[in-house]
Amino acid sequence: MSIPSGIRSSIPSQLKLRPRGDRQPNRASGAALPAKMTARGVKVFYGAKQALKGIDLDIQENRVLALIGPSGCGKSTFLRCLNRMNDTVEGCRVEGRIALDGEDVYGKAVDAVQLRARVGMVFQKPNPFPKSIYDNVSYGPRIHGLASGRDELDEVVQTSLKRAGLWAEVKDRLREPGTSLSGGQQQRLCIARAIAVSPEVILMDEPCSALDPIATAHIEELIDELRANYTIVIVTHNMQQAARVSQRTAFFHLGEMVECDDTEEIFTNPRDERTQGYITGRYG
Amino acid sequence: MQLTLLALILALLTVIGFLIGRSRAASSVGGRVAELHSVPSYHGVYVALWAGLPALLLFVAWTASEGWLAMQLVLSALPDRLTTGDGQSVGLLKADILNLAHGIATGREADPLVAEAARRYAAFRDLADWSLLAVVASLAVAGLAWGRHRIGPDLRARPAVERVVRVALVVCSLVAILTTVGIVLSLLFEALRFFTVVSPLDFLFGTHWSPQTAMRADQVGSSGSFGAIPLFAGTLLITVIAMLVAVPVGLMAAIYMSEYAGRGVRTWLKPALEILAGIPTVVYGFFAALTMAPFVRSVGEALGLDVSSESALAAGIVMGVMIIPFVSSLSDDVINAVPQSLRDGSYGLGATKSETIRQVVLPAALPGIVAAVMLAVSRAIGETMIVTMASGLTANMTANPLQAVTTVTTQIATLLVGDQEFDSPKTLSAFGLGLVLFLVTLCLNMVALRVVRTYREKYD
Repeated sequence: MSIPSGIRSSIPSQLKLRPRGDRQPNRASGAALPAKMTARGVKVFYGAKQALKGIDLDIQENRVLALIGPSGCGKSTFLRCLNRMNDTVEGCRVEGRIALDGEDVYGKAVDAVQLRARVGMVFQKPNPFPKSIYDNVSYGPRIHGLASGRDELDEVVQTSLKRAGLWAEVKDRLREPGTSLSGGQQQRLCIARAIAVSPEVILMDEPCSALDPIATAHIEELIDELRANYTIVIVTHNMQQAARVSQRTAFFHLGEMVECDDTEEIFTNPRDERTQGYITGRYG
Repeated sequence: MQLTLLALILALLTVIGFLIGRSRAASSVGGRVAELHSVPSYHGVYVALWAGLPALLLFVAWTASEGWLAMQLVLSALPDRLTTGDGQSVGLLKADILNLAHGIATGREADPLVAEAARRYAAFRDLADWSLLAVVASLAVAGLAWGRHRIGPDLRARPAVERVVRVALVVCSLVAILTTVGIVLSLLFEALRFFTVVSPLDFLFGTHWSPQTAMRADQVGSSGSFGAIPLFAGTLLITVIAMLVAVPVGLMAAIYMSEYAGRGVRTWLKPALEILAGIPTVVYGFFAALTMAPFVRSVGEALGLDVSSESALAAGIVMGVMIIPFVSSLSDDVINAVPQSLRDGSYGLGATKSETIRQVVLPAALPGIVAAVMLAVSRAIGETMIVTMASGLTANMTANPLQAVTTVTTQIATLLVGDQEFDSPKTLSAFGLGLVLFLVTLCLNMVALRVVRTYREKYD
């Protein structure tokens, strides 16, 4: 199977907020919802070292999936498989099948560059480009040709910044460098930058670990709002955060996915002993 | 003889001072080293410094003034008719005394008074050398004793030693700065002498360069004309050609090495490129003169162009090749310093590799790349050998790269080669050119620093 060649041309129609009235995003029971992405038997090797030992996981549409687990358990590695960011790591090999809307993202006909336009990413440390705030947000739409003309680009930038909850703070200083913002603002700028290309899935790799509690609260609120339009996968070390923002939680341990369930279930009634040990703070 | 002995004595006393200081510090607290303010080795260094440093300072001051002092003593004993007179005759007298004292034949019968003075001078120097040995050695011993006397559990040996080290560091940095100041001043004074002969306006804005001045009054065709514009134009032309070669090639090579090349390729490609920087410029010079210039000429002739056998183009191209490793190596370092997180951020948005390089990596690395290019320009302006060999000495004022031109540095080299009299404007003009060259490269460096500071992005 292959992703249709019209991916790029299909993107502009998604620029506007799509009404999702036919779904009820807040309903927590996940089993019935369609899976946006599916992973089957995913194994990752860094050289001779195996980082993931066969992961099966469904990522449901318009849900926030939290990946938790002790350091080095492979949750970030798994996240980076979903948009093939591991391609840029030398000596990294991925086995198994990861599908986006039923299409294998590691298929021969899939271009990793086009995939990443559909599956965006926000990183652990805020990494604004050395450009103005405006240029940071318009970077994605420009390279993908998503906006024709200045006015449309202005609109995309404004919409993205508004959705990222940053518009009110920066609307008078769009020409200032992105690096002049505070840490929390920079991270929201990075989220705005990711939203601007209208991805279907947003991957977040510990997006709050470099931020103070107030900035963290801001981002968590934002994640909850973004759920209406995007499918979100978030890696976090903070279990309160996982409990607050996610509907589904997967617990990783030593390269294996121990269990995945509704967040409430995981935190109140974990089936596996290892999960219980981790969330009660016995190790990790 | 005395000097070697003195150095040996000082070194020995310093080492002994260190050992004594260390052991005495330990024994002063009965071996419980923790009770000392500073660890024993600092006490050792403390005593060693007391033994060596004052003695060394005295030695330097003594040797700096001894010759002058001896001469003054000898001169004061001579009758006034010899020592009064203009500066030149006194200088001659001093030289005579020195030569006689050192047993160098002057070639003429010496005045008995002068011979006597020389004898006394030599005797004084001999006496002074031995007394210096005695004084310095005893000062070292006294210093050692004083340092040893000071040692005790409460002696703050470490702060004292650190103060001395700090002063030593300051002195070292001052040496570098003062040398630069000295070079600039000597350049300035010689240039001023030149500008008293040739007006600065004629020099800076004149369009005819022909520095041959007449040695005899009736000599023909050597009027001496010091309009430096053709030299500046030639320098500019060759520098521009060199940068046109070096910047694109160097930058692309840097991008390939840092972004595309695998680790294996990179490990041999980068050193291989840096070999280019290790080739002596003379070798580049004859490559330019014997290979590149004829090649340019034959290509030009095949195209029906009039190319002179020594052309600015040949010299510029070879100079550009020489500079490639500067641009590529520095740019490569700068590009590698751009954090991976920026590239990840760009890839994460679905940017291609080339989009990421052009729109994220290069802008982030720009200040460093500008600095690299500026450094390369300074290097091109200062380069002498290639132009001397490949583009000749003809001060043509032309923008045609197929003509022979000459540069400022080449002219300086030619003006000062061989035996030259240092009071003719021909020779002095080299200092005028040097001053202009220095000011230009200084300005370039300052602009580069400014650019770098203004556009620098801070990454933690």
